[in-house]
Amino acid sequence: MLNNDESVREPYADYSQWLNKEDPSRILRKSAQAEAFFRKTGITFNVYGAAEADERLIPFDVVPRVISAREWRKLSRGIEQRVRALNAFLYDIYHRQEIIRAGRIPAELIANNEAFLLAMVGVNPPGGIYTHIVGTDIVRTGPDEFFVLEDNARTPSGVSYMLENRETMLQMFPELFSRIPVQKVSNYPANLRRSLAACAPAQCTGKPVVAVLTPGIHNSAYFEHSFLADQMGAELVEGHDLHVVDGRIAMRTTQGDIPIDVLYRRVDDDYLDPLNFNPDSMLGVPAVMDVYRSGGITIANAPGTGIADDKALYSYMPDIIEFYTGEAALLSNVPTHRCSEPDQLAYVLDRLPELVVKEVHGSGGYGMLVGPAATKKEIEAFRKKLVARPSNYIAQPTLALSTVPIFTEKGLAPRHVDLRPFVLVSPNGIEITPGGLTRVAMEAGSLVVNSSQGGGTKDTWVLEE
Amino acid sequence: MLSKTAGGLFWMFRYLERCENNARLLDAGFRIALTRSATAKAEWKSVLSTSASVDDYLKHHKSFASASVIDFLLRDPGNPSSVISSAKQARDNARMVRTALTREVWEATNECWMTLKALLTKSVLEQDLPDVLSTIRQQSALVRGATHGTMMRNDGYHFARLGTFLERADNTARILDVKYYLLLPSIAQIGSSLDNVQWETILRSVSAQRAYRWLNGSNINPVNIAEFLILNDEMPRSLAFCYENMEGALAHIARQYKTEKPSHELARSIQSSLVDTDIDRIFEEGLHEYIERFLSENGRLAVQIQTDYRF
Repeated sequence: MLNNDESVREPYADYSQWLNKEDPSRILRKSAQAEAFFRKTGITFNVYGAAEADERLIPFDVVPRVISAREWRKLSRGIEQRVRALNAFLYDIYHRQEIIRAGRIPAELIANNEAFLLAMVGVNPPGGIYTHIVGTDIVRTGPDEFFVLEDNARTPSGVSYMLENRETMLQMFPELFSRIPVQKVSNYPANLRRSLAACAPAQCTGKPVVAVLTPGIHNSAYFEHSFLADQMGAELVEGHDLHVVDGRIAMRTTQGDIPIDVLYRRVDDDYLDPLNFNPDSMLGVPAVMDVYRSGGITIANAPGTGIADDKALYSYMPDIIEFYTGEAALLSNVPTHRCSEPDQLAYVLDRLPELVVKEVHGSGGYGMLVGPAATKKEIEAFRKKLVARPSNYIAQPTLALSTVPIFTEKGLAPRHVDLRPFVLVSPNGIEITPGGLTRVAMEAGSLVVNSSQGGGTKDTWVLEE
Repeated sequence: MLSKTAGGLFWMFRYLERCENNARLLDAGFRIALTRSATAKAEWKSVLSTSASVDDYLKHHKSFASASVIDFLLRDPGNPSSVISSAKQARDNARMVRTALTREVWEATNECWMTLKALLTKSVLEQDLPDVLSTIRQQSALVRGATHGTMMRNDGYHFARLGTFLERADNTARILDVKYYLLLPSIAQIGSSLDNVQWETILRSVSAQRAYRWLNGSNINPVNIAEFLILNDEMPRSLAFCYENMEGALAHIARQYKTEKPSHELARSIQSSLVDTDIDRIFEEGLHEYIERFLSENGRLAVQIQTDYRF
C-alpha cells in the first residue's frame, strides 16, 4: 500500500483517505460481523486430517488490495498470452509434439511425467479448449514488476471467495463503492456458464446441459462447488448420480435420465474414471473417458492439463510462450533452478538458507522449504531429502513480495500477499475477471499464504480506467 | 430434479422432524419423571421404545436413569436418532442439496445445527432441560418457517413435505403403539388419577393437550384421545392429517411430472383407510393391530417413494 518512502501508493489514495477518517472500533466491529456472516452462510472449508466435522473459516481481512487500471492492463495482457500458450502447448503435447521435435523442451520431461496422460494422446477436446478455467498465481515485487508463480491449469479453486469477499465488502462498506470506482466481478458465474456452454460437444442438441461434479460434502472446497452450481443454475452432481446411457453421460433424475453436455468437474484426473484411471475411486464416473473420447461430453478442464502447470515444466514457460505465440513472455517467471541438473543442484545446496525449495509435484504449500524462515535444523533435514531425490525439487530465490496491510486490533500491519486472477477460455475468446483472489499470510513476515496453512483472503479491487 | 436432490430434501425434513419429535418425547417423559418418580423408569423406557432405540441404549447403559436417558436422547452421537445426530443429518442433507434450497432455508438449518451443537456440548442439567427443549423446538420451527415462506412450490418442496409428514405419521403411530394399552377401555381404570397423568403425557408428547381440551372440554377419555390422534384431520400431528398432506404433495408431483407412480395409489389407499373408518371399527379390529398395520404400510410407502423417484 505504501511506497518505499512511506507515502501512500496512488491506487490506494482514495481508500487511505477514507480509512483515516474512520473510527477503528467501527471497522473492528464490522470485521467481527463479517466473520459471523461467513459462519452463518456456511462459507467454510474442511481441513483434511483435522478432527471430525471440522469446518474452518478462512480469515477475511477488511482492507482491500487495490490494483490500478494501468497495472491491470499489463497483467491481463500477460495472463492472456500465457493462457493462449498453455492451450497451444497442450494441443501440441497430446498430438505431434512439435516443441520436443524442435528441441525446446527435453522429451524425458514429458515421457517420465505422471501428469502426462496417455489416455489424452490424439484426443480433440470439443472446441479445441483444454483449460476452460485457469487461475494464475502472481506476485508483485515492485512498481510494475510482477512474477508468475504457478499457472493452475487443473481445477483452480478460490473463485467463490473472490465473489463472496466482494459481496461482504459491499454489505459492510457500501459508501466506499460510491466513492471509489471499482470494476465489477459479479458477472463471473454468468460468464462461466456461457463459456462452458460454448464448449458443448458435437452430440449436444439444443441448450447445453451443464453440471458441476463435486466429490461431495466432505471435500474441502464443497462450499465453492455448490456456490458455483447455484450461481450458474447448473446441477451439482456426484459420481454416483451419473452413469452411461446410450453413449452419453446421464444424470439420474426423478423423471428419468438426462444427458449432460458439459461437466465442470472439481474432481482430479486420478479419480475421474475408475475404469480408466484409479480403480479404487468412488468419486468418479465409470467410462466417462470413453464417452469423452467419442465426443459425447465436454470435460472442463480437460483431463491431462496437469502437464501444463507441472512444476518441472514451469522453468520452460518462457520458451513455451515464445514457441507458440512468437512473442517474448510479457510476465516474468521466477528464476528457477532445476535440481535435476548437477551444477544447479550444487548451487542450490550452497544457498539453501536464502532459497525457496519446492517439491515438483507438491501443492498447498506442503513439502516446501522457505530458507530465510527456516531453522538450521529444518534446513539440514531438507538438505538430506534434496540430496536423496534431486529431480523431485526446484529452487527459487525468495522474492520481496509486496505487502498490503491487514486490520488488527493494534491497527494496520503489513502482510505479504499474492494474487490469483481467474481466466475463462472458450472458442469465443479469453475473459479475465478484473480482480481475483488475494491471499494474505496472516503472520508477520510469513510468505505462506495457503488457506490450508492459516492464510487469509482480501477483496481485490481493480480500479476503473 | 436430480434423484439425489429429491432424496436429500426428503431426508433432510425427515431428520428435522425427528429432531423435534425427540425433544417433544423428552418433554413428556421428563414431566412424568418429575411428578411421579415411582414410574419414571418405566416411562423413560417407553420413551426410548417410541424412538425405537431401546436396544441401542441398553448396549451402553444398565438402567433407565433420567440423566442417562436424557443424555442419550439429546446428545449421544452414537445414537443415530438423538437430537444432535438428527440435527447433523438434517444439515448434512441440506448441504448436499444446497442448490435446491433458498438462502433462508439453508441459513436457518445451518444455524439450527450450530445452536444445538453449542447447546449440547456438555450434559444438560435437569433444571436447564425445559429451556434446551424449547430452543430445539424454536430452531426447527425457524427452518419450517423459512421453508414455508421462501421455497418455490415445486417438486422439491413437495418431496420435503413428504419427508416431514411421513416421519411425523410414523412418530405419532409409535407413540400410540407404545401406549396403546393405556387407551384400551377398561372399567377399573376410568377416572383414576394415574391414567389422567398417563393420558396427558400422550397428548403432551404431540403438543396437543390444549387442542384436545378445546375440543373435548375436561373430559379426558381414552377413546377420544385415540380418535383425536388417528382420525382428526384438523390436528396437525394426526395420522389423517399427515396422510391428507402426503396425498396432496404426491398429487402436486404427479401434476408437475404429468405421470403417476405406484406410490400414489398406495398413499391413496392408506388415506382412504383413515377416512372411511371410525374409532369404533378401529377398536373392533384392535387398536394395537391397527397401529401395527399402519406402521408397516407407512414404511412400505416410504420405500415405494424412494423406488419411484430413484433415490
